[in-house]
Amino acid sequence: MKMSNSDIALNRENEKKPIWSFLLSELKPKGKIFTPFNIISVPVIILGIILIVIRFSKGLGAVTNLNQDVPWGLWIGFDVVTGVAFAGGAYVITFLVYILNMKQYQSIVRVTVLNGFLAYVFYAGALLLDLGKPWNVVNPIIGNSFGVSSVLFLVAWHFLLYMLAQLIEFSPAIAEWIGARRARKILSAMTIGAVIFGITLSTLHQSGLGALYLMAKEKIHPLWYSEFIPILFFVSSIFAGLSMVIFEGSISFKVFSNQISDKNHKSHHDIIHGLAKICTITLYVYFFLQVLAFVHGKNWEYLNTRMGHWYLVEIFGFILLPMILFFYSYRKYNILLVKVASIITMVGIIINRLNVTVIGFKWDAAQHYYPTWMEIVVTLTVIFIEIWIFRWIINRLPVLRESPTWAKSH
Amino acid sequence: MNLNRRNFLKALGLTGIAAGTGSKLNAVPVKKNSNKEFYGILYDSTRCAGCQGCEWECALEHGLPDPDLEDIPEVGKNRKTSENRRSVINVYNTSRGEVYVKNQCMHCNQPACASACLTQAMHKTEEGPVIWRDEKCMGCRYCMVSCPYDVPKFEYFSSNPNIQKCDMCWDRVKDGKLPACVEGCPADALTFGPRRELIAEARRRINENPDQYYDHIYGEHEAGGTGFLYLSPVPFGEIGFNTSIMNKPYPELTKGFLYSVPSIFVLWPAMLLGIHKATSNKNNQNQDEDE
Repeated sequence: MKMSNSDIALNRENEKKPIWSFLLSELKPKGKIFTPFNIISVPVIILGIILIVIRFSKGLGAVTNLNQDVPWGLWIGFDVVTGVAFAGGAYVITFLVYILNMKQYQSIVRVTVLNGFLAYVFYAGALLLDLGKPWNVVNPIIGNSFGVSSVLFLVAWHFLLYMLAQLIEFSPAIAEWIGARRARKILSAMTIGAVIFGITLSTLHQSGLGALYLMAKEKIHPLWYSEFIPILFFVSSIFAGLSMVIFEGSISFKVFSNQISDKNHKSHHDIIHGLAKICTITLYVYFFLQVLAFVHGKNWEYLNTRMGHWYLVEIFGFILLPMILFFYSYRKYNILLVKVASIITMVGIIINRLNVTVIGFKWDAAQHYYPTWMEIVVTLTVIFIEIWIFRWIINRLPVLRESPTWAKSH
Repeated sequence: MNLNRRNFLKALGLTGIAAGTGSKLNAVPVKKNSNKEFYGILYDSTRCAGCQGCEWECALEHGLPDPDLEDIPEVGKNRKTSENRRSVINVYNTSRGEVYVKNQCMHCNQPACASACLTQAMHKTEEGPVIWRDEKCMGCRYCMVSCPYDVPKFEYFSSNPNIQKCDMCWDRVKDGKLPACVEGCPADALTFGPRRELIAEARRRINENPDQYYDHIYGEHEAGGTGFLYLSPVPFGEIGFNTSIMNKPYPELTKGFLYSVPSIFVLWPAMLLGIHKATSNKNNQNQDEDE
């Protein structure tokens, strides 16, 4: 049998250590300490933690620019609403692999689910920073305070349940890591159930994040407010998530190149190529829906205003343009161009989500909201800590590298 | 065949569970049967002299700082409610001279804030006042995003922040007393009572003095009807009212989405499982052929 990377990698099976000393030894850092990423991220994280302490002792006003007119800023509009859209890749890829049985995407399932899971833990976790009374966060989950008519109640429950579903989807990798054969068998059998549950939850809360803003009818610029917000949010989460998969995958394949088998190295281009096709189609549907919402809303009068020009930039520069690029690169099998298109798409998603939640929200108010540098540092802190945890897991668990031989025979 | 039957039953079970959870998530608050009528307050701006007595009474009643003596209503100045004051008076120069307007929570019949609240901290009481409950609130501020009148205010500079808004002096109302502002109004501009009677009273005033009033009771239909009702000598756009407020209740805007939740919870898992079965059979065949 050919030696695969997984057999070289540290494996509890080979060492027969007790579980606690194995976990302890895994906690130690691996690899170089002074990498450019570490040198940049560590000071930011330290500063961010100081700011978080200030935020909890002095109140939200001490670090944010939030005001009585704009109660939700960067931490909700970017961290939560945009972050969750980017995490949509997990439900799309599991849909392709487990529901449509497109096995060619099998090799990226684990890393995508891990990414999705961490995104939910950290970006939904960032929500706690934004709550005035975070100790009451359990109220909608346990107790007798169920606000069942609230869209946010639905979103909160779905976040929680979806994190659980993703953990189950990912759990076979944990079982392989600690060498728990029986547990792996049981957990693997639960995958399809978790996938079906997870896709259903994702459909509802991706659109639910948009539905949150339905009641703010007069507060959001008419070009971004329509009764279609939930559908637009859902459809855009498909290509937002896939663009993130393409982008993140390209970086992972460089940084963690030594962990990836030759076979997967070769198939990676085919995977990106296939995803470009799905992005083209969903972007087309999204573009069509945007036009529909525009015509339906009778919004012609707003086009020749400042906000109208900004709207046109979003529609043509960040929906139509990447759609054409995805289509062209798919036809020409141009992987580099796919990556470029995915970055443009991601920028477009950030712009779109911020337009609905921050830029277009109270666009006509006398006092505009701009995030403080402190809000941006805390956001970066959340992202950097997530990348640290991601790297820690990738270096230890069979995510990018192949599963141990005993797990593959099943 | 056996396997298919088992899967069919599995799908059926899943659907059942989904239907159960789905409908639970979507339960719409049902008003308990009670004969109580919503109370409200009628504000007659033709009577108000802008003395700010209501502002002082309100601050005293709710333990808020005294109103700033320098900060009095002036034409062109837009005084706003804040985390330190639940009620403010503004004055507007109109086609019929200066008109004073009191500003506070509207106490909607179907409040957007209460339907937005995921912990029921914002709550429409049976008596009519919309109240905020400290021990339930998690400080998410979704009520502020949802309220069409921008009423709830948040204490941004507190480590245990509260939402401040007019609660129509619910504690006093429960004890059969008048809200502080109503009791303290020397000009009789504020009237407290069952909402239905207030509308009749407002209509009577308009009918008896058609020259004095603009023929509209603000709050009768706005946002699906509000507990605070206004009479004015001029169209309401002239005295700082938001004229784009729609006439149906704001919670209706999310109703369609919430109603679609149970059906997706029922249809999606069954459909996904069906596709999964269909494609995996095909794939197995392909694999067999390959081998």
